Amino acid sequence: MSKEVIEALKPLLAKIDPALGKLTRNEIGKALGYVPAGTEVSDEALRERWEDDVILRIIPEGARVLDLGCGDGQLLEKLHREKNVSGQGVELNQADVFAAIARGVPVLQIDLDEGLKELTNDCFDYVVLEETLQTLNRPTAMLQEMLRVGRRGIVSFPNFGYWKVRLDLLLSGRMPVTESLPYRWYDTPNIHLLCLQDFLDWVKQQKVKIAEAHVLADGEVRPMRDGDNLYAEQCLLVVER
Amino acid sequence: MIEQQTQKRKRRIVDDPPDSPTSVGWTEARTLRIIGTDETLKLEKGGEIGPVDVEYETYGELSPAKDNVVLICHALSGDAHAAGWDKHAEAAGRQFRMKHPGWWDTVIGPGKAIDTRKFFVICSNFLGSCYGTTGPSSINPRTGKPYALSFPVVTVSDWVKVQAILLDKLGIERVHCVIGGSLGGQQALEWALAYPQRVDRAIVFAAAHRLSTQGVAFNAVGRQAIMTDANFNQGNYYESEHPKNGLAVARMMAHITYLSEAGMHQKFGRRLRLENGSPSALGGEFEVESYLDYQGRSFVQRFDANSYLYITWAMNHYDAAHRWGGGDLVEACRRIQSKVLVCSFSTDWLYTPQQCRELAFAMCRAGKSANYVNVPSNYGHDSFLVETEPVSQLLRSFLAGGKR
Repeated sequence: MSKEVIEALKPLLAKIDPALGKLTRNEIGKALGYVPAGTEVSDEALRERWEDDVILRIIPEGARVLDLGCGDGQLLEKLHREKNVSGQGVELNQADVFAAIARGVPVLQIDLDEGLKELTNDCFDYVVLEETLQTLNRPTAMLQEMLRVGRRGIVSFPNFGYWKVRLDLLLSGRMPVTESLPYRWYDTPNIHLLCLQDFLDWVKQQKVKIAEAHVLADGEVRPMRDGDNLYAEQCLLVVER
Repeated sequence: MIEQQTQKRKRRIVDDPPDSPTSVGWTEARTLRIIGTDETLKLEKGGEIGPVDVEYETYGELSPAKDNVVLICHALSGDAHAAGWDKHAEAAGRQFRMKHPGWWDTVIGPGKAIDTRKFFVICSNFLGSCYGTTGPSSINPRTGKPYALSFPVVTVSDWVKVQAILLDKLGIERVHCVIGGSLGGQQALEWALAYPQRVDRAIVFAAAHRLSTQGVAFNAVGRQAIMTDANFNQGNYYESEHPKNGLAVARMMAHITYLSEAGMHQKFGRRLRLENGSPSALGGEFEVESYLDYQGRSFVQRFDANSYLYITWAMNHYDAAHRWGGGDLVEACRRIQSKVLVCSFSTDWLYTPQQCRELAFAMCRAGKSANYVNVPSNYGHDSFLVETEPVSQLLRSFLAGGKR
């Protein structure tokens, strides 16, 4: 049982007894015995941070890293500081590009949908595609490109198969708006939303191997397991040729 | 609606007066003989020249550790007067400097993007030009006459070599940042390639590792206009009428390449200068025509036709890939040890975003950390002089960042 399940239970509890409905999630969780006291982490902060944390753990000291859709360069800055990584960022958004330069993170302002044709094979150890896959026009071309210029790829994305998203769509009949997918259909950059299972099918079809897989589920970060297509809110997978 | 947007996009650059707290104020150029009367400087294409005088200006104070030097490289028609107001403009016969401050005054000064309270800024006029540094209009001491076409051909590499000698003479070893736009951007790139140990950072605005074929073609028209002018006389015109018409046409042609289609439309549209008057096949009614005509005529007041030929020759022939990588740009870029920023402007059709991007990617392929920015602008190639806001932001960020 997850925290989210408790959230979903709350209205039911309230029906049984209004007093029960006023219990906080942590109180219910503790009562049910699976949220250890004192270990609550703000979901917001964890959601923001967890991918960077996992990537920092995965990428070895001194690796050469290409970060596609690097934003303002925070990840590369951390990788440089903590892992002595020589990093190169790619970003299209002007404000982010300027911010990365101000940070001292090298950045190329280009549109990923134009491909990486100017880069030679194997010039990076890792190519990171953090929360960017679902924004691309041609994701399949990018998967092949990232594994051409790099040995390994790190891909993360919000899971559209997450039960809360499914429930939201089922109950509201409108495109889901959740913590991981905070946009409306008309202003979302996420033009290619996908489920974890879609991703697994896709990489298999593309003859790409999965070296590692991590998920954010139940408010915790853990290795991917069976059934996570329903339980994972966000996913991060390491792929290789 | 479109008119409104056009109005909104229009911006006037207001000159910073000499007494403004953000102006470097009144400036005085200096001239240094870097190659003595009995010496010669060996040039890339085999020629020799000597003596060599270099005109340069400096702003700000050199730090005791000599680690705050920012070197500015000017473009085709530029000079050493990058900022402030020339104290001796009239006496030196450079009246054009009386109306306006230096060519990059918008970004150089106390508190500006290249902050002269922090940095010691140097800008020098390049070899072959006509603003104080030895060039074809200078007197050849051996003949007592102007060099004219006996002046040897010079290259972008020669210009950088001359600047390096100037820095040697000033006791400066390392440069915090070398910055230039257009032909100046190519010098900044050449600095990073020719003197990798001496450059910590380089910023290349609106320039690539070589000029496109289209660019060479544009230059061909201008060069022909000069050379076919009745007054050209194989470059020996200093005693008589100068080839002004040819030079003016060359400038008109070049000026078109500095603007963009959208920018021209925005500035002039199809507006006519003369509403009445009988139509004539000789034309000249369009505002854009009179603007170009003015650009041409004012240019001949301040520029030497022979210098124009030498400089466009250098512009046509520069190819960093050929010079440093046997034709392979990536190989050439392996030499670089400085942080480099390449910045293009979306409507630049002289050094296109695609060419600038190619340069940045070559650095990336060479295993160097590369920075590439494409700034949206309607001002074409001239954007680096006009888009003060994004250019300033980039300058500030890049100058402040670490070496790696």
